[in-house]
Amino acid sequence: MEMDKMGVVTTFLHNIVVYNIPLLYGTTGEIIVEKSGSLNLGVEGIMAVGAIFGYIVGCYANSLGVGILTSFVAGALCGLLFAMLTVSLQANQNITGLTLTTFGLGVYFFVGNGVKAVNWPAMADYANIKNGFADIALPGLSQIPLLGRGLFSHNILVYLGVVIALGMWWYLNRTQTGLRLRAVGENPAAADSVGINVKRYQYLHICLGCGIMGIGGYYMALNMSGSFNSSCWINGYGWIAVALVIFANWNPALAIVGTFVFGFFNTLRVSGSSLALAFPEGLGWLSSVPTQLYQALPFLITAVVLVISSIRKKKDGGQPASLGLNYFREER
Amino acid sequence: MAEQFAIEMKGITKTFGSVVANNKVELNLKKGEILALLGENGSGKTTLMNMLSGIYQPDQGEIRVDGKPVTIASPEDAKALGIGMVHQHFKLVEVFSAADNIWMGKEKAGFLLKKDRYAQIQSMAAKFGFELDPSKKVYNMAVSEKQTLEIIKVLYYGAKVIILDEPTAVLTVQEIEKLFQVLRKMREDGHSIIIITHKLNEVLDLSDRVAILRKGEYIGTVETKDTNEQELTEYMVGRKVDLNIERPVVEKTRPLLEIRDLTIRNDEGAVAIDHVNFYIRGGEILGVAGIAGCGQKELCEAIAGLRPIEGGQMIHKGDNIVGLSPKAILDKGIAMSFIPEDRLGMGLAPSMSITDNMLLKNYADSKGIFVDRDLGRADAQHVIENLGVVTPSTETPVRRLSGGNVQKVLLGREIKAGPNVIVTAYPVRGLDINSSYAIYHILNEQKKSGVGILFVGEDLDVMMALCDKIMVLCHGRMMGVVHAHKVTKEELGLMMTGSLDLSHRYEDKPAGFAKDTNFAQTDKEVEP
Repeated sequence: MEMDKMGVVTTFLHNIVVYNIPLLYGTTGEIIVEKSGSLNLGVEGIMAVGAIFGYIVGCYANSLGVGILTSFVAGALCGLLFAMLTVSLQANQNITGLTLTTFGLGVYFFVGNGVKAVNWPAMADYANIKNGFADIALPGLSQIPLLGRGLFSHNILVYLGVVIALGMWWYLNRTQTGLRLRAVGENPAAADSVGINVKRYQYLHICLGCGIMGIGGYYMALNMSGSFNSSCWINGYGWIAVALVIFANWNPALAIVGTFVFGFFNTLRVSGSSLALAFPEGLGWLSSVPTQLYQALPFLITAVVLVISSIRKKKDGGQPASLGLNYFREER
Repeated sequence: MAEQFAIEMKGITKTFGSVVANNKVELNLKKGEILALLGENGSGKTTLMNMLSGIYQPDQGEIRVDGKPVTIASPEDAKALGIGMVHQHFKLVEVFSAADNIWMGKEKAGFLLKKDRYAQIQSMAAKFGFELDPSKKVYNMAVSEKQTLEIIKVLYYGAKVIILDEPTAVLTVQEIEKLFQVLRKMREDGHSIIIITHKLNEVLDLSDRVAILRKGEYIGTVETKDTNEQELTEYMVGRKVDLNIERPVVEKTRPLLEIRDLTIRNDEGAVAIDHVNFYIRGGEILGVAGIAGCGQKELCEAIAGLRPIEGGQMIHKGDNIVGLSPKAILDKGIAMSFIPEDRLGMGLAPSMSITDNMLLKNYADSKGIFVDRDLGRADAQHVIENLGVVTPSTETPVRRLSGGNVQKVLLGREIKAGPNVIVTAYPVRGLDINSSYAIYHILNEQKKSGVGILFVGEDLDVMMALCDKIMVLCHGRMMGVVHAHKVTKEELGLMMTGSLDLSHRYEDKPAGFAKDTNFAQTDKEVEP
């Protein structure tokens, strides 16, 4: 009986990670984009585009690596479109981002339905993808009781997401290009005046960030075993990622924490009843909470986070000072 | 002969749409000289310099650096050519440390950020003779520190030609003197310097030669030692201008507005105005001097009823005005015009016409539920005629007017209501000589008609000539009220930095308390 309870907890932890890693990809990607001074609200659409192309191309090639690469490139191409519109043509970032969401979801359904009508690849048929996405237990760490199997036995894309997030933190804070990128997002005129090529930095990092979002989309496709139905694989995660950027205070390392916190509430919705069953004395009340509340929770928390972060406005908060503003050198 | 010039600009023309900002301008900068670039607002000084720093490209003309023709397509190019510009609005990343602001533009800095960059920047600054705390964040810096950082930055990138755009506008007298010492030393070290300013005394004090622009046209270059203020003004304006600001003597009334023990907090919750006392009589102009951000804005807002006060009293002709609505304060005859740094942010709605901006103030006079636009149009016409506003029509959006005209409209609207107290902050901010004198004239006219004026200003020379008395603020504390014709600029400078406190110069009467006060005489806290 005791073991069973531990098993429930372990599964719960495991689920937090498995189902919410796309948030980490989306958040890390959006942080990179926003650090260049661009507010891209198209995360949802970009993840959808990364998902559909990554999944279909990856399956046809029967290679997880090709799938990851394709989803990255597909996301980066969306980023390129965003950069062309906002950086070169000075379009409004909010509207461009929203348009990109609509556009990306449209592409998702268009391509998905088209392929489905011809020959939809079922993930189970592609051994390399299926095996590539299997859990890998980290030696040593995964042996930790209770936590080990929950946190340190996951598929390769989970580890990749964490590595990318930590890598981006290091890149932003410990490298010369990261310093310059932050300068571009804070004060592009200042960056320009010391000879930093503002447009190049914005283009590169918008594409990089959007590519990372694309991988997050691919993850969702794989996590749902590629079953294509009437609802989108991304299912609102892109929007939560936009809010998580604020929660993480534009810090990719904190994005990991943010993902876990959001993931916790997200998972309560799915696994709350099993927790209630395993711990009737302590957590029995969980089962009496209506599922609608759980469904609303991530969004409620998003709202609360937005309120708190706008109250707690610090001078050296992570938000880039020029976020959302287009830079035009000759503007007077 | 050509090689003795660090910079040559030949026949430079730059247009923005239909506006010609620079028309066939010539400019030569000798090696190792300080060249002052003089001109009124909108004469194209900054535009010209921005073509050297790579912000704009000329439509026509040629730029030579060290005798060789060059194309400066970006700030990157300018940097490579050894041209550095300290812009009027500093180009610094607020959340970065001093060192990182310099480091971000360093060539071949390596991929990794190392901790030793702080020491490197510090030793480099010391080499140039500057003290610098490399890890201090820019948002914690005073204006003069930011400017120093900008200068160190361009020096660090190896600039031989240094352009400074109105560097003294934000500094105190002492800081200006320090800056000039730095610039002279840089000249000795072989740097060539262009300084943009419209303060004539500084031009004469510092420069070797003066180049003058007027309305985008190049007027000429003169040796500083062969010229004087009067001549430079004529070049700049194109006709003779009387440089004396008059200070009419008017019989003063009893105090109109009296402020006691006023304390106000700013938006961040810090004390902006700290137990300040002062009063204004009818027929006098009380100047308020202080370094930017010393509580001037908060003081103006509090008087106008736009900002709650923390403590103290404000009475107008004996009536309390604390806690009254802005409208009620307005009805008592207290008008405020505040010109913020961006010059359009307060008081006027930029995209609305002059008429509509008039209506913003007197819409309540319209009868019925509809706004009476004829009323506003008549007011607009009145202001345009009386103050000589240059505008195509009363329906022109305020944003399209030049700075001087915008400020006339704002001041005109406030005066139109016939106030007895005018609070005006930076009314000539960014204006050229002509427009400034027009504004001084308006204020003097009001003073003669018995209005009490609180004049929050920047230029000490102007305040000493125009105001009757000057109150000096330093970090929200009142350092004393002095007679404008008795005080020296150095004294004012010391008071602004807090080194000199004259608030208790007279034992029998602390500064800021009127003898014939309207405060109830039972209020004996005045006595020590």
